[in-house]
Amino acid sequence: MSDINSNIPEGELTSKWTKFKSSVPLVNPSNKRTIEIIIVGSGLAGASAAATLAEMGYKVKCFCFQDSPRRAHSIAAQGGINAAKNYQNDGDSTYRLFYDTIKGGDYRSREANVHRLAEVSVNIIDQCVAQGVPLAREYGGLLDNRSFGGTQVQRTFYAAGQTGQQLLLGAYSALERQIGMGKVEMYTRHEMLEVVKIDGKARGIIARNLITGEIERHFGHAVVLGTGGYGNVFYLSTNAMGSNVTAAWKAHKQGAYFANPCYTQIHPTCIPVSGDHQSKLTLMSESLRNDGRIWVPKKKDDDRKASEIPEDERDYYLERRYPAFGNLVPRDVASRAAKERCDAGYGVGKSKLAVYLDFKANTERYGKIEASKSGIHNPDKETCMRLGTEVVKAKYGNLFDMYAQITGENPYETPMRIYPAVHYTMGGLWVDYNLMTNVEGLYCTGEANFSDHGANRLGASALMQGLADGYFVLPYTIGAYLSKEISVKAISTDHPAFVEAEQRAKDILNTLVNIKGTKSVDHFHKRLGHIMWEKCGMARSEKGLKEAIEEIRALRAEFWSNVRVPGSADELNTELEKAGRVADFIELGELMCIDALNRNESCGGHFREEYQTEEGEALRDDENYAYVAAWEFKEGVKFELHKEELKFENIKVAQRSYK
Amino acid sequence: MSTGNMNLTLKVWRQKNNKTEGALVDYKLAGISPDMSFLEMFDVLNEDLITKGEEPVVFDHDCREGICGMCSMFINGRPHGPKDLVTTCQLHMRSFKDGDTIVVEPWRAAAFPVVKDLTVDRSAFDRIIAAGGFISVNTGNAQDANSLPIPKMQADAAFEAAACIGCGACVATCKNASAMLFASAKISQLARLPQGQPERYRRVQSMVAQMDAEGFGNCTNTGACEAECPKGISLENIALMNRDFGSAKFLSEEAL
Repeated sequence: MSDINSNIPEGELTSKWTKFKSSVPLVNPSNKRTIEIIIVGSGLAGASAAATLAEMGYKVKCFCFQDSPRRAHSIAAQGGINAAKNYQNDGDSTYRLFYDTIKGGDYRSREANVHRLAEVSVNIIDQCVAQGVPLAREYGGLLDNRSFGGTQVQRTFYAAGQTGQQLLLGAYSALERQIGMGKVEMYTRHEMLEVVKIDGKARGIIARNLITGEIERHFGHAVVLGTGGYGNVFYLSTNAMGSNVTAAWKAHKQGAYFANPCYTQIHPTCIPVSGDHQSKLTLMSESLRNDGRIWVPKKKDDDRKASEIPEDERDYYLERRYPAFGNLVPRDVASRAAKERCDAGYGVGKSKLAVYLDFKANTERYGKIEASKSGIHNPDKETCMRLGTEVVKAKYGNLFDMYAQITGENPYETPMRIYPAVHYTMGGLWVDYNLMTNVEGLYCTGEANFSDHGANRLGASALMQGLADGYFVLPYTIGAYLSKEISVKAISTDHPAFVEAEQRAKDILNTLVNIKGTKSVDHFHKRLGHIMWEKCGMARSEKGLKEAIEEIRALRAEFWSNVRVPGSADELNTELEKAGRVADFIELGELMCIDALNRNESCGGHFREEYQTEEGEALRDDENYAYVAAWEFKEGVKFELHKEELKFENIKVAQRSYK
Repeated sequence: MSTGNMNLTLKVWRQKNNKTEGALVDYKLAGISPDMSFLEMFDVLNEDLITKGEEPVVFDHDCREGICGMCSMFINGRPHGPKDLVTTCQLHMRSFKDGDTIVVEPWRAAAFPVVKDLTVDRSAFDRIIAAGGFISVNTGNAQDANSLPIPKMQADAAFEAAACIGCGACVATCKNASAMLFASAKISQLARLPQGQPERYRRVQSMVAQMDAEGFGNCTNTGACEAECPKGISLENIALMNRDFGSAKFLSEEAL
């Protein structure tokens, strides 16, 4: 079935990576000094790779669109990072992390990649602690763990609700150290606009200096994209405002396959939309589900305040439907369950598009423990709540403050209102085992690639994958390619391929500023987001997707004839930046719908209404769809499907059950 | 497009680039919702400007959830506006009243030159980190994470210092445009951890030298930085930095 080669090494699953590492060709130190690597993106995947490759001796250029590499959106990850350390002695192991991740991904990821991820997960924690990342500790001085969805062990390491920040600052420090030593050249406020290919190999990029508007050419023996996910195709998401698909999409247009674009993660616990002015959605960490219980009233359209609804009139629907995992089911399952309750008329709040996340029971339980620690036996409820609130504050204070600031409500007193929102994209550029796309010399790491999470990512696995790719995988695998490139001298950026690529980029910019239409970029972005959310969001149907494809095509035509971009291309022009990104999102949106329409099954973050069990669970079709859908871009925004068959040799494929 | 009923007058700093002079320009806004964030209010302003054929106000922003440190407005004389412990992106219009006049300026410091409108160049912060804000450990050299127990209180104190988002509010509010709160947060995070000891004194010396080279001012202990820091970074970090800086004369490798 496969017509693409994933280059997975032969041998036992558990020894593939070890064997690969010890047999991969090396590049000697003097050759490394002449080999240049371009890294686009400075988040966990990009910064860790840039720092590590520079430490190894390569010449590295790193690019980010923000004003500092420290601001990449990895910084906003809240909950934690998984690692199979088994510090809690609760039966965790590499195999169990591997198994949970494959199952969590609804059997749509590659066994070999996921096993490697589980293997290196332990090294990440060691590396970060060595860098001085202040992960949470217990009184004995050892590292603390907590639980995340889709697992029954405690393997998640964290730093309050700011784990992404601390891990990114660790990688950023490592990167700045290399910058200080002159081993990495950092280009901030630069946006990649084209990949340059020479004789079929990626040899550089075209980037725009966002301050001056200047178009620059940069050569590299290899190019790495660590440019994050494409959730902003929905306009409203938990992504940063600047998060975009442009680098990946330009690579796609130069021949790199885009895999499983329809796999999007809708995170169950976000602050609900409050009005049309909304520019982004804010996540409330999955870690809150450790201590929060999710419920809706048992009565339809119940307008009473949460505190007035007695215990026996509350429906803790996750605990009811999934007794084994309860509130800690994976994200796709929790999101769909919330949508189901709201669609059935049980939603809460003004919009009725919200469910409660309630901390009362656990606050009281913590309070009891605290009371007994300080010698108060049989404490009254008020004392328990007071003491318990302190514990909750210590655990989740920053999240509760953020909730209060955004909603104007006090979550210590009333339950949080939450609703699912677009959060992460499992799809991305297709890569082989070496993290190389099908364009030679073009690599893709972190959220920007498709490889490790299948159809649904488990909580606390994104940080793990970003850092695994950057610190421990790419630095080895890229050597295999570069060892064959040592005789290639730096290619002049006067080469016709650079000239041509620069012209392509300039043509697009000039077209955009010269349309001089009547509608702003945001206008089109919002309309695209609306189509995507309604028809390619939490639930999809053949009819809706077909409509969406037509609507997006029409939107694309309208965009290119009526968008208004004020100012010029040779200055700092934020509207022009946005316009280029939205143009790419529109094309990607169409591909996402095409991919969702092609996949006649439900799996993980892809739920087709036509394919569900009687209980409303996702119904996979392993016989026909156990493959990676890798799309090739064709002239005129057309897409051709290639398939990579997924073989499960070490795990028995079964229907996912969290009951 | 707005849903609210607040009317506002904005006085916004407009400056084409770092070679031209800037000035405050007045804008009237109607129909602002109290549930909007401050930046969403600016989105409304920009949408209006674009519709009228004018250039939108350029301002830095990205995550809009208070953690990336990119947003940087000086609002009514205070960085990140009137509320404590909140970044501009997390400031909501319910913190203002109908009819208010709001003055919005960029961060002002010689070491943070204006790029355009409300956007400034904070790359000096990166150079301070590059001078020593790290532990020199290459990838692949780490021992098992739990082989180095660290008392919880110490780890928590390091975390509190590490919570700095590098936004630059401390510099913007300081009458001397000092970057000491920023630099000391990183210095103290690493000084409180056993991993940070080997380079402790070398680090403080090189980071302070870089801070001076960038043109940031000195600290005169007014404490405005701590008061305005959206992440509550403590002035104690500066004390620790000063102590280490003093000790470095005697305790750095060069001195020993």
